[in-house]
Amino acid sequence: MKPKTISELSAGLQTGQFSSRELTEETLKRVQADTLNAFITVTPEIALAQAEAADARRAAGESGPLLGIPIAHKDIFCTKGVRTSCGSRMLDRFIAPYDATVVTRLQQAGAVMVGKTNMDEFAMGSSNETSFYGPVKNPWDPQAVPGGSSGGSAAAVAAGLVTAATGTDTGGSIRQPAALCGVTGIKPTYGRVSRYGMIAFASSLDQAGPIASTALDCAHLLNAMAGFDPLDSTSLDKLAPDYTVGIDAPLTGLRIGLPKEYFGEGLDPQVGDIIQEAVRTLEKLGAIIKEIRLPSTHLAVPAYYVLAPAEASSNLARYDGVRYGHRCDHPKDLLDLYTRSRNEGFGAEVKRRIMIGTYTLSAGYYDAYYLKAQKLRRVIREDFLRAFEEVDIIAGPTSPTVAFNLGEKTADPVTMYLSDIYTIAVNLAGLPGLSMPVGFVRGRPVGMQLIGGDWQESQLLRVAHRYCYC
Amino acid sequence: MLEPSDVKKIAHLARLAVGEEEIPRYSRELSNILAFVQQMDAVDVSHVVPMAHPLDAIQRLRPDHVTEQDQRALFQSIAPLAEEGLYLVPRVIE
Repeated sequence: MKPKTISELSAGLQTGQFSSRELTEETLKRVQADTLNAFITVTPEIALAQAEAADARRAAGESGPLLGIPIAHKDIFCTKGVRTSCGSRMLDRFIAPYDATVVTRLQQAGAVMVGKTNMDEFAMGSSNETSFYGPVKNPWDPQAVPGGSSGGSAAAVAAGLVTAATGTDTGGSIRQPAALCGVTGIKPTYGRVSRYGMIAFASSLDQAGPIASTALDCAHLLNAMAGFDPLDSTSLDKLAPDYTVGIDAPLTGLRIGLPKEYFGEGLDPQVGDIIQEAVRTLEKLGAIIKEIRLPSTHLAVPAYYVLAPAEASSNLARYDGVRYGHRCDHPKDLLDLYTRSRNEGFGAEVKRRIMIGTYTLSAGYYDAYYLKAQKLRRVIREDFLRAFEEVDIIAGPTSPTVAFNLGEKTADPVTMYLSDIYTIAVNLAGLPGLSMPVGFVRGRPVGMQLIGGDWQESQLLRVAHRYCYC
Repeated sequence: MLEPSDVKKIAHLARLAVGEEEIPRYSRELSNILAFVQQMDAVDVSHVVPMAHPLDAIQRLRPDHVTEQDQRALFQSIAPLAEEGLYLVPRVIE
């Protein structure tokens, strides 16, 4: 049973070609034989129990695209009774006492959880190399990183270990690994998917979304994930549409903007060529291509590396070694308990960001850093809003290069930060963004990013769907 | 440029027991990051209203009803050190 799309697997389940239990056993075999380090925890007992429950639901007359489909969750989502590590030593022995809303909703839709995927520690990274559990290898080339922070999810889908997985995206953590692994991933509008039970990194930017091999599969997953949740105070009370409706509508007349700033210095010319070729394909499909300007693009990464660490330093203050998480041995007093537990529990990148955030929020520096970055955030969003007066969606590269080699960018944090140069502004603006595979350079995948206006996930999915079936 | 004394102060505020031998590295790395974010100064944003939420949404309130159940035993089952319903920490008051 070769890895297939959700739609194909769902058809097999519906016609009785195989049961969810058989499909899940097959999936578990692949996951347990994984050599990419894509998983932190495999959950065979839960998977088989959920598969049997799905088979029983189908026998009782229920159907649905996700019923009985094995998937994986990024290890940032709390899963009741199962270790939820967030890629950190701090939570290496943390058994979540409840399920994230995303986990609950996918389970209600009948999806079967086979395990928890590897990720950069607390989602802070662009290569999956900051994980306490070691880096993930890119299935296209074991020398290459899979991207991050949802590197395990993207690699697992690309390698066909599972047909789909969940991810989260604070500055590109769904789109960049999807691009580097040659799969499709979508970060919805901020507030579209509940953050309840999703371990917080930068709360005003974090958003969950699906990673799968096709846009249609992403639409099926997003249908289950999206929607208002009273348990998340930033969830927006707005009805989520059926994302599969209209997904195959032609692109005739759709106005696609290419930001000049996304094709300049820093972009690998060969990646640029592949993107231009994909643009020509979209044009053949009926889209109207226009050049646009996003003049504040260069300010996005600097503003992000003030805002995200500031929010992280506050969110990660809760890890104190008292109520849960790592605790140092033989603390001599309370301060020693806090400081040693935290120093031992967190890795280098997380500590850097906590310290940057602590500094920029400290007395006397707030206006120069945090407040200024919040003002730039508005400037960046207004850039996009102006662009959307002229075009319906924006397209460009997801990442300036294809997957880089393991170890290539670990020595200099700022170099690593710049690999998210095209994705970060989208989080700052709160907009939906999608990455779809459009080709290869030197045997490594290239992703095209599509950016939409608020709540325009359906548009992005439609463009990606039409592109891959043309 | 952050001096070693600045890094020590930040580490204390962040409650991180950073080792003496790590201070020079953090001093260099944090200074590089701060120099990088300084690019923000290239534009004048004095007239711009800061943005805390992309859709300018405000905090939603809910009725003040008790919805949580008592799950103390479950929560404490994952605590590093708990006894008789209490989280144990080193003695604070002698």
